[in-house]
Amino acid sequence: MVAYSFESMRVRVLYFGVLKEIFGREHEVVELAEGADVAGLLAMFRERGRAPRSLWESLAVAVNQEYARAGDLLHEGDEVALLPPVSGGVA
Amino acid sequence: MRVQIVDGVIPAAEIVAGMKAGVDGAVCVFDGIVRDNTRGRKTLFLEYEAYREMALAQMQSLAEQAVTEFGVRDVAVVHRLGRLEVGETIVLVVVASAHRGAAFDACRWLIDTLKKTVPIWKKEHFVDGAVWAAGEPFPEGVAVSGSAGDSAERGARS
Repeated sequence: MVAYSFESMRVRVLYFGVLKEIFGREHEVVELAEGADVAGLLAMFRERGRAPRSLWESLAVAVNQEYARAGDLLHEGDEVALLPPVSGGVA
Repeated sequence: MRVQIVDGVIPAAEIVAGMKAGVDGAVCVFDGIVRDNTRGRKTLFLEYEAYREMALAQMQSLAEQAVTEFGVRDVAVVHRLGRLEVGETIVLVVVASAHRGAAFDACRWLIDTLKKTVPIWKKEHFVDGAVWAAGEPFPEGVAVSGSAGDSAERGARS
């Protein structure tokens, strides 16, 4: 009906660990331009400026529960998880 | 293979006993427990959370890889979530094998890889505050290296 629906898509973004506290929620639906990739989504979040730069640089991203690369394209309805470095510990 | 994420106490002794079979010559156990301090700062308790479905799938995949690549007979990987007190088992890795070398190697690889790649986070509650533990950097192939502008370069490479 509206051209709009052909130009944008929605993905569900999940936050974990420290990001969940910074954003004050566990998930949100984010609207992106059709053809956006993982790097584009991250750039959008960085511009919000609510998490320290170092955190964005150390992040992993999972798309539909598989680790993703910066250039991976996103699609309507994808589940995108922003994953801070995992619990680690001294070996 | 026994791969689980649980919310209650991990019955470590029972799991280890259940892993032993007649063909095994070795059972190697890693029992990760809550320490009472981090770099001298007194810990009250720890809180673990996970991207549960993905964490379980990753643990399953690691367990399968361990059996295939180290040639061990069987493995168990069990992680607990929620609030854990000092001394309680956080994660249990058990490897049963004909010989000890493979059992040690697989056990070490499993816990080290799990700690770096399985999406589970730890919040440390101290007497004077709480903090999400700063994890290790993700290994190559897992880290997104997610700076904007990186995508064209990566796209060209793949």
